[in-house]
Amino acid sequence: MSLFKNDADFKMDVLREVGNIGAGNAATALSTLLNKPVDMAVPTVSLLPFEAIAERVGGSEAVVIAIFLRVEGDAPGNMFFIINREPARRILQGLLGFNAAENDDYSELELSALNEIGNILAGSYLSSLADFTGLRMSPTVPSLAVDMAGAILSYGMLQFGTMGDDALLIDTTFLEGQQEAEGHFFLIPDPESFDKLFRALGVPI
Amino acid sequence: MTEGTFIKVGMADLNMGESGAILKTTGLGSCVGLTLFDPQLRIGGMAHIMLPSSDIAREGQLNIAKYADTAVPELLKRMMSKGAVTRRLVAKMAGGAQMFAFMGGTDTMRIGPRNVEATKQMLEHYHIAVVAEDTGGNYGRTVELNTDNGVFSIRSVQHGVKEI
Repeated sequence: MSLFKNDADFKMDVLREVGNIGAGNAATALSTLLNKPVDMAVPTVSLLPFEAIAERVGGSEAVVIAIFLRVEGDAPGNMFFIINREPARRILQGLLGFNAAENDDYSELELSALNEIGNILAGSYLSSLADFTGLRMSPTVPSLAVDMAGAILSYGMLQFGTMGDDALLIDTTFLEGQQEAEGHFFLIPDPESFDKLFRALGVPI
Repeated sequence: MTEGTFIKVGMADLNMGESGAILKTTGLGSCVGLTLFDPQLRIGGMAHIMLPSSDIAREGQLNIAKYADTAVPELLKRMMSKGAVTRRLVAKMAGGAQMFAFMGGTDTMRIGPRNVEATKQMLEHYHIAVVAEDTGGNYGRTVELNTDNGVFSIRSVQHGVKEI
């Protein structure tokens, strides 16, 4: 399935830049929060079968910490900040001085702190995107879940679900120093949002 | 399809199994995992339903496994072609969670309960009884149907494994 009729390669490049700008700002915000450098990989933009999206974070049954929010405004979509369990612990320790639990029993306070981090990062992602495109984009109140990746990410595919069995994912991986991936930023714009994004950026549709 | 063989059912997908094969679908959130079982022939079917109604479909080639209103008749048709009889069929289902507690609760966010309702309506239409279910809640599930005995097992992160 091809989502774009013309200039598909160029459009994918434009979306990669969208991810670059948004996630770049979010990485800076995270680095400020943690007071240490946070790197990010070059965003990947791909049209993926629903199943394959969960593979990006360890598979459908992998337990992940995810902050989910809807993007509202001119170009609506779904956004996830997905963080692996080990880095989440380090973040809580570094940021709050918590001696986070070894297992998955997060306290209310820890969950609330993670949710707030997701909120800050998503806010910086979206505000830079809104500046860049001139479009109005605002996040809903974020919601956090610690659960199977497949169960969580399926919420991001509902809008694409009526169109086919693939969704377009803008995926940016965060890295802390030389360590393994810390987490992912997933932006899945609603199918109707692409034309608006392209028009706002002067890309012929 | 010998005993203990796993048959994976993907998202927006459906399949059948027999002779002790185990049908499995992973990571159900708002989606519904529906299973039908004919105890006499020991044939089972499973659908991983994503959306309640194909009325909202805008896709060219409709994936009938995706919507409750199209997946139920298709699964039924396939089972009957294997000799299953509707009045013998036993339905079990799980999923339809609300993973995220959003303020306001838009229609999209209520998708889990709507999937459950739509699936039940279709089963009722064919006079198939739901003998057991584990639906709702706010957590993800992986489910398996053992086509040897019709046991439906549900695994979740918070609650471990249970059989219904």
